[in-house]
Amino acid sequence: MFPRPIQQTSPAAQTLYKVAVPVALILWLLPLLGVALTSVRPASDLAQGNYFGWPSSVAFSNYAEVFTKSPIAGYMLNSFKVTIPTVIGAVALSCMTGFALAVYRFRSNLLVFFMFVAGNFVPFQILMVPVRDLTLNLGMYNTWYGLALFHIAFQTGFCTLFMRNFIKALPFELIEAARVEGVSEWRIFWFVVLPLMRPAIAALSVLIFTFIWNDFFWATVLTTSAETQPITAGLSSLNGQWIAQWHLVSAGSILAALPPVLMFFLMQRHFIAGLTLGAVK
Amino acid sequence: MTAFWKANQRKLAPWLFLAPGLLMFAVYVIGPIFESMWISLYDWDGLGEARWIGTANYVELFDDDAFYTSLKNNVIWLVLYMLAVPAGLLIAIFLNQTITGIRIYKSLFFFPFVISQVVVGLMFSWFYAPDFGLFYKLIEVFTGQGIAILAEDRFVTYGIIAAGLWPQIAYVMILYLTGLNNVAPDQVEAARLDGAKGWRMLWYVILPQLRPATFIAVVVTVIGALRSFDLVSIMTDGGPFGSSRVLSFYMYEQALSEYGYRMGYGAAIAVVLFAIMMVFISGFIWKMWRDETER
Amino acid sequence: MVHKKAGALALGAALLLSTSALAQEKRTLTYNADYDPIPLAAMEALIADFEAANPDIDVVLNNFDHEGYKTAIRNFLTADAPDLANWYAGNRMAPFVNAGQFMDVSDVWEANGLSDSLASAKASMTIDGKQWGIPYTYYQWGIYYNRDAYAAAGVDLPADGMTYDQFVANCEKFAAAGIDCLTTGTKALWPGAGIFDYMSLRTNGYEWHMDLTAGKVEWTDQKVRDVFAQWARIQPFITKNHAAIDWQDAAALLVQGKAANYVMGNFAVGVFKEGGMTNDNLGFMVFPEITPGIPRAEEAPTDTIHIPAGAKNVDDAKKFLAFMASPEAQTKWNAAQGQLPVNKNASVNTEDPFLVAGFQMLSTAEGGIAQFFDRDAPAEMAKAGMEGFQEFMVKPENLDAILERLEKVRQRVYQ
Repeated sequence: MFPRPIQQTSPAAQTLYKVAVPVALILWLLPLLGVALTSVRPASDLAQGNYFGWPSSVAFSNYAEVFTKSPIAGYMLNSFKVTIPTVIGAVALSCMTGFALAVYRFRSNLLVFFMFVAGNFVPFQILMVPVRDLTLNLGMYNTWYGLALFHIAFQTGFCTLFMRNFIKALPFELIEAARVEGVSEWRIFWFVVLPLMRPAIAALSVLIFTFIWNDFFWATVLTTSAETQPITAGLSSLNGQWIAQWHLVSAGSILAALPPVLMFFLMQRHFIAGLTLGAVK
Repeated sequence: MTAFWKANQRKLAPWLFLAPGLLMFAVYVIGPIFESMWISLYDWDGLGEARWIGTANYVELFDDDAFYTSLKNNVIWLVLYMLAVPAGLLIAIFLNQTITGIRIYKSLFFFPFVISQVVVGLMFSWFYAPDFGLFYKLIEVFTGQGIAILAEDRFVTYGIIAAGLWPQIAYVMILYLTGLNNVAPDQVEAARLDGAKGWRMLWYVILPQLRPATFIAVVVTVIGALRSFDLVSIMTDGGPFGSSRVLSFYMYEQALSEYGYRMGYGAAIAVVLFAIMMVFISGFIWKMWRDETER
Repeated sequence: MVHKKAGALALGAALLLSTSALAQEKRTLTYNADYDPIPLAAMEALIADFEAANPDIDVVLNNFDHEGYKTAIRNFLTADAPDLANWYAGNRMAPFVNAGQFMDVSDVWEANGLSDSLASAKASMTIDGKQWGIPYTYYQWGIYYNRDAYAAAGVDLPADGMTYDQFVANCEKFAAAGIDCLTTGTKALWPGAGIFDYMSLRTNGYEWHMDLTAGKVEWTDQKVRDVFAQWARIQPFITKNHAAIDWQDAAALLVQGKAANYVMGNFAVGVFKEGGMTNDNLGFMVFPEITPGIPRAEEAPTDTIHIPAGAKNVDDAKKFLAFMASPEAQTKWNAAQGQLPVNKNASVNTEDPFLVAGFQMLSTAEGGIAQFFDRDAPAEMAKAGMEGFQEFMVKPENLDAILERLEKVRQRVYQ
């Protein structure tokens, strides 16, 4: 069940493989392709029952309609308003926590570390009622910063795991050498370790961006109005208004998926490095 | 002061670095866990005064059909979600070749994971839609009678799980693809010379080398299965007549939905879900702890 | 002047300060509402009228989306109460009244003689003998039907005084013609409750139905079974996949003639007409009689405006309530929205046959007017009930299990 490298097989098998891969891909992405096709299908096609045939014309007007007749642009803006500060905040905090847990030996080190790790796996629902109350009491309910603040705190768990493991793999001699020279701990962090963490920061940023952009649960718990809801929650409520208008639902879906997809394609190397750190040692 | 700092710098520094992150985490994650446990002992609608009722919420929970439906569905989710691990491995092995453009193929296969579950849910709702959905049509062609998966209490949970497996398989696939990069080709070659073939090759030679990837894949799949909220909410809202509920959704429904606002009861459901998750979390942590302290 | 401020409470507060500074000596009246575009425009026009009559008052309208509002109101009532807030009559307002979040406005009723002009809705606005808000609009429920579908199946158009037996007999004919006799879309659960309410009102009458929603009747009672027995007669003729579709999807089935009848609220007329129906092929009938001799009761959910207990500008809020209770304001708003005014002195657009029919039907409903299952019953009971109704329409054989489950919920909810 572990095939030889394709180059060592017969030319026929090679050709078969080269055909099989794109075919498998199309089957795999069928739901996505279907929705992409529907998003440019004129409404008249749907009304006439042309759900799967070739669209009678390419209706980019669906996208125009989504933009002009729904607050989707606002939803996307809100998503950015929540996502970008969260990325900055969570990465900044975890650079420090990761550094602390990777570099220093102290008694409760592992305990703190595993608290972060365990917290990161906790079901959201156990946090829901108290976090909602807290946000209400802070006067941050239904604001982008109330949502971002929670995300920063929660993502710190995962990010700490990530950063700590990354820093652990760095050559410790560098830090030792700096200490011998009498460099202060903060300066070691800032001038010695941080520059080496660039790839980790890039990887985490892409990952967190995707996670937060795609968050739906907290968006529904902590925001309620179109002025503050991010795209996931917004799309869900638009779905309620666009009943039976699949061309609009599809166009909205594609738009909602676009930023993380672009992010993934632009930063692919970092993204995969981030996801798989720890998976292979 | 400076003398004190100089002498104890190395002792204090970790805590100063930890302080902001730890504080945020304590306020937003650790504290609320215990607060939820506390709230689960109250009857509270989120508006008026909370009323202490002890374990009454839990007593009610164990006599609540909807709770058992959710629990049963959670088990189905957990079991079927595990299919993502072998399926992801299979696709990873399939794609683990070098032909032109394979990098693009790999990333396109990974696509579903990058997309929000809200969008995935909408895509599959469209796929399953009665009368015109592709899936409905296919069933109609083969059996003569289409099935509205999402309106059929026998199938609805499986329909949602299928939607959830799509991105999850992609996730597992990428984990294994990276793992396969590190599989030592000379070992594979040696095993081949020894006559290892087929499943034996996979089981005895490849899988042991993929163990770290398998561990992470199992962890993320278990967590993903228990967190299944988005898809249920988007695709069925727990319906038809509550048959696709899972604990995470039922909790939200009881605590925050239009007809809910039973914060205490919702918190009790969350505590049960937390307890289930804790079994797995403890397992993972125990393994990681062992790895950490062994080195 | 009408301002729309961001839903963000903190931001809103900042904006509030700036507007009151601009408006100088004008007093601000904040109003949180959940209007769709058409009623929003109608309300903005009314607010302009109100401000013209009261130049010293500046109304700030914060409009929320309809679904989000149901969550938001629970937060803003405690955290940042406006001076006015939209809500619903009946049991739906009970949690807020009981938690002391709504203000008693009996004095507004008294001062303006509303007990007389709003008499039809007084009961549904009253808790503990006091009134807690102002009703300004309602809409009838009934059966909307497609005349073309009747013609296609060769069924006579429903006449006045049609009985349920005749309706069921028609269903057989529709089934033979391959048309769904009755359609609905219960994905969001509530449309099924409309059918239940009528089954219940027609089988056992208004008083009994109100006792049921008030928790005074056991769900395992024989009279409840009678209701479901009647319902079971048309169950086979209801659109099969109703649990998978929304009410708008079912509306499309009626428009296309794939279904003949639809138990719905009058707000659906807009959707039918958007789909291409006209007054020529869209019909409306009163839900047929089941038990002869029972005074006819109808279903007409009422929308209301309240003053939160935390309101800052109570005097002007009461002025606004009095204004919204007036026949002029109610005529104007309801004409724009295509709904019925509650004030009996207000007038109805006589061009609209559905409004005329609804007005006629409701004003002669000697049995009483129900709000709707999810407004008459407490939230938890409503949710469990609507799930049960949906399950019954899919699997009528589960009736015993459903009723036992509902009885269990009843015993807990109303204790």
